[in-house]
Amino acid sequence: MIEAENLVKNFGSICAVDNISFQVKKGDILGFLGPNGAGKSTTMKMLTGFLPPTSGTARIGNNDIQKEPLAAKRLFGYLPENGPLYQEMTVLEILNFIAEMRDAYTTNKKNEVIEHVVETCKLRDVRNQSIETLSKGFRQRVSFAQAILHDPPCLIMDEPTDGLDPNQKKQVRNLIASMAEEKSIILSTHILEEVESICNRVIIIDKGKILIDEKPEEMRQRHPHYNAVEIKLGNTKLAEIKEEIQSIPEVKEIQINGDDILIIPKGGKDIINIIFDVTLKNNWSLANIEKAPVLMDEIFGDLTQN
Amino acid sequence: MRTINAIFKREFFGYFRSPVAYVFLIVFLIASVGLTWFVGQFFSANDASLNRFFIFMPWVFLFLIPAVGMRLWAEEKRSGTWELLLTLPVTTIEAVLGKFLAGWTFITLAILLTLTMPITVGYLGNPDWGPILSGYLGTILMAGAFLSICSLTSALTKNQVISFVLSVIICLILVFLGWSVFNNLLTSINIPVWLIDALSNFSFITHFDPMTKGLITIADLIFYLSLIIFSLLLNVLALERSF
Repeated sequence: MIEAENLVKNFGSICAVDNISFQVKKGDILGFLGPNGAGKSTTMKMLTGFLPPTSGTARIGNNDIQKEPLAAKRLFGYLPENGPLYQEMTVLEILNFIAEMRDAYTTNKKNEVIEHVVETCKLRDVRNQSIETLSKGFRQRVSFAQAILHDPPCLIMDEPTDGLDPNQKKQVRNLIASMAEEKSIILSTHILEEVESICNRVIIIDKGKILIDEKPEEMRQRHPHYNAVEIKLGNTKLAEIKEEIQSIPEVKEIQINGDDILIIPKGGKDIINIIFDVTLKNNWSLANIEKAPVLMDEIFGDLTQN
Repeated sequence: MRTINAIFKREFFGYFRSPVAYVFLIVFLIASVGLTWFVGQFFSANDASLNRFFIFMPWVFLFLIPAVGMRLWAEEKRSGTWELLLTLPVTTIEAVLGKFLAGWTFITLAILLTLTMPITVGYLGNPDWGPILSGYLGTILMAGAFLSICSLTSALTKNQVISFVLSVIICLILVFLGWSVFNNLLTSINIPVWLIDALSNFSFITHFDPMTKGLITIADLIFYLSLIIFSLLLNVLALERSF
């Protein structure tokens, strides 16, 4: 379990992280979102013990990272921002170094573990190449490999898919999702699509403060068009249609834009069946009916720009 | 221990992954041996000892050890790898020690490559081997002291050039304080002798000279070891407080 309790970090007079608390339990994939400079990386650096907090505590599996750093550090894998690696070393040399640092692996066990991550992260072809000769995508995968090498119960990743192409992004996401059950995972990102596809919890921070901490579905409900229905009709009797729909008690508002009619429900209720029944009952020739898209970007923008 | 060993191996072999190691070894050998032969008049002195070799050591180290030490931490800070390193299960002391010992071993290797000098002396004459052995011990200890200062300055910045300049300045002061030419200068401007003596006690040269003459004292050993320990502790503090 990863735990932050009242974490504060001041750099001089600037408050980068302002009293942040949260817990990441086993099975959680927490998406840590925020605009640049919101304090995401600073929080992660405090969680991993790289930065001492001004006040507050970070715990990994009940070990205070400041008081029992070694016990805590054994329990997580960390992928720092931009995946820094020793440039002149080869992929195998780095993984060897990390394995030796991580625990007293016997030579056999060590080779087995390295072999396993090389396979999982698809690094076989480049394993004898030095880091400086690798593309950004490969470097990021090596960073990822070193973080999961010892199969840690906690994973802390600062922008794990940064610099990857769409296919690689998908692979890494699948990999993270496949490990989720057994681990507590926290990953920072500014790609909202990533949060939607793999995270089961979202924290948005801005200016060092937590704005929301909830499930992605709950976050979607914040959208003004959550569960709104878009219909397209062949009829032109728009005024009549509008009146009819307005009389449905679950409907809050109707917006008409050309042929498209957007119906917003009261309290985010699911009304697509009701609307469908109404169109059938009135014999309107229905050309299209669908739920209005709920874009996380818009929610994110609303939350962080005010 | 395991982590010190892993860091040591990574760092030590790291020197040989780039041309830096070979350039250093060649320049060090040319400088140390060259100065002895050409400036020190090794041949015409007709003296079967290595005094003329050891006397240049502090001056050669003054520029070459900062060149080895400047990257120890500055490079890690510049490339961000210290975030990777220090979030592994390792204490800062272990990390500092592992890196320092790797650098020291590398320099010791360079020093041992000058063993051609005592072999030459032994071939040509009949030297007293005691001072040569104690001189080498002194050289290695002094190299460690130089390097510990470079490791400290390297932890203060992510710029290798700044690290280099800082360590040269500090080492220069520590060499100058015991240099006879500098001490004579101080005497000539009426600085009291007790003060000059006290100052020269902080110098590498003051504690190195007796060893090249075959005299190993506890005081000299303690000077070097305490200087190394003190610098490395400051090094640990510098890393832990540099936020």
